[in-house]
Amino acid sequence: MCLAIPARIVELDKDKAVVDAMGNRWRAKTTLLPEAKLGDLVLIHAGFAISLIDEEEAKKTWQLIKQINEFQDTQNKLSG
Amino acid sequence: MCLCFFVPAEYDIRYTTYEIMLDTIHKAKSVMEAACKDLGRRINIMEVCGTHTVAIFRSGIRSILPKNLKLLSGPGCPVCVTDQSYIDTVLQLADRDDCLIATYGDMIRVPGKGGSLETKQPKANVRVVLSSEDALQLAKDNPAKQVVFIAVGFETTAPATAVVVKEAAAESIDNFSILAGHKLVVPAMRALLSGKNHNIDAFLCPGHVSAIIGYGAFAEIVEDFGRPCVVAGFEPMQIIDGLAEVCRQLWSRKAELKSVYAAVVTEKGNTSAQKIIAECFEPADGYWRELGKIEKSTLKLKGKYGQFDAYRRFNITETPGENTSGCRCGEVLCGLIEPPQCKLFGKSCNPRTPVGACMVSSEGACAAWYKYSR
Repeated sequence: MCLAIPARIVELDKDKAVVDAMGNRWRAKTTLLPEAKLGDLVLIHAGFAISLIDEEEAKKTWQLIKQINEFQDTQNKLSG
Repeated sequence: MCLCFFVPAEYDIRYTTYEIMLDTIHKAKSVMEAACKDLGRRINIMEVCGTHTVAIFRSGIRSILPKNLKLLSGPGCPVCVTDQSYIDTVLQLADRDDCLIATYGDMIRVPGKGGSLETKQPKANVRVVLSSEDALQLAKDNPAKQVVFIAVGFETTAPATAVVVKEAAAESIDNFSILAGHKLVVPAMRALLSGKNHNIDAFLCPGHVSAIIGYGAFAEIVEDFGRPCVVAGFEPMQIIDGLAEVCRQLWSRKAELKSVYAAVVTEKGNTSAQKIIAECFEPADGYWRELGKIEKSTLKLKGKYGQFDAYRRFNITETPGENTSGCRCGEVLCGLIEPPQCKLFGKSCNPRTPVGACMVSSEGACAAWYKYSR
């Protein structure tokens, strides 16, 4: 529950943002991170940006999420 | 012509990364082994974050640890630490025709008196939300209903709750309330270390909670209890790095405060988030599943925001929950036993028919153990 997802702010209107991670886009808010700007990479947790993050770190997490999905797909195939 | 010419650049990068990874693992392993040998006893490192628990199991890190190094999954999964009385209150509210329950998905399977939110869901007054904002929107869209947001989680989710409570107050949305169940990590760590039987040598501190509270928040654990506290991220190499750092400290007999997650966590954390938590909430004594009452370990709405407290709005008194008979979640959460030592584990208690909360949440120690370690 406490895993935050790195995403890039692709739209920003006051504290209302649209963020993108690995091609998935969703709405989030920057209320807790007022310094966040358009184009910044941020960590999103439960709909809110909580921290800035650098490109390298974001890539690591995306890779990890990809692996989890692949792993779960394999598990589902094995069990299903 | 050299064959390497045909190898894609990507391969080279991966190969180099792989070499570096192996080297890091070897170095980490030798520090861990040296610490275990030098101390001449079992070393127990507790992680207090459900996401760490799952990441550790899934990555297979346990398989490379020395025999004498044990990882304990502490009270770090929000569902696992939520007291049974809270769950029963949620179910009681879900039974009311005038209420709509907005909850994070993690909570819907937790069993309580007369079922779970999942079994009540067909009644259509339980909605899974991805953020607190969705819960507030639900209230705006359903003015005839009382929307209650099941506000659980540690310091990572607490500021998100505070934001919408402030919004609700500013816009006078009087059909919205929260059932405050937010918990604070540091008081729980203090409570564990103050217990007589604990066997915790050090903590691997949660990465994203620390993004909010800052790694400086764990200084009191290092100073008052002499236990190393190392903040780590969730990627396997970061966790290995963190464990090696803990072992280095234990080996040198010097407890320190350290973060190996510099890309995200600063000493002071997210001060905007801390400010908004402090504006809406105040620390209060509160109940934890199986751990009982812990001083100033939960967040209660304060001042003018008190009107959004569901306990107050529906006139409910908080009482300690009854423990599930035969379930040893409490000992698991304190790191005193490992899940397979519970008689129910894998038998009457399994992910399909969970008895204890540590089996319900995918981030619970029992669920992770069941999935990856049987």
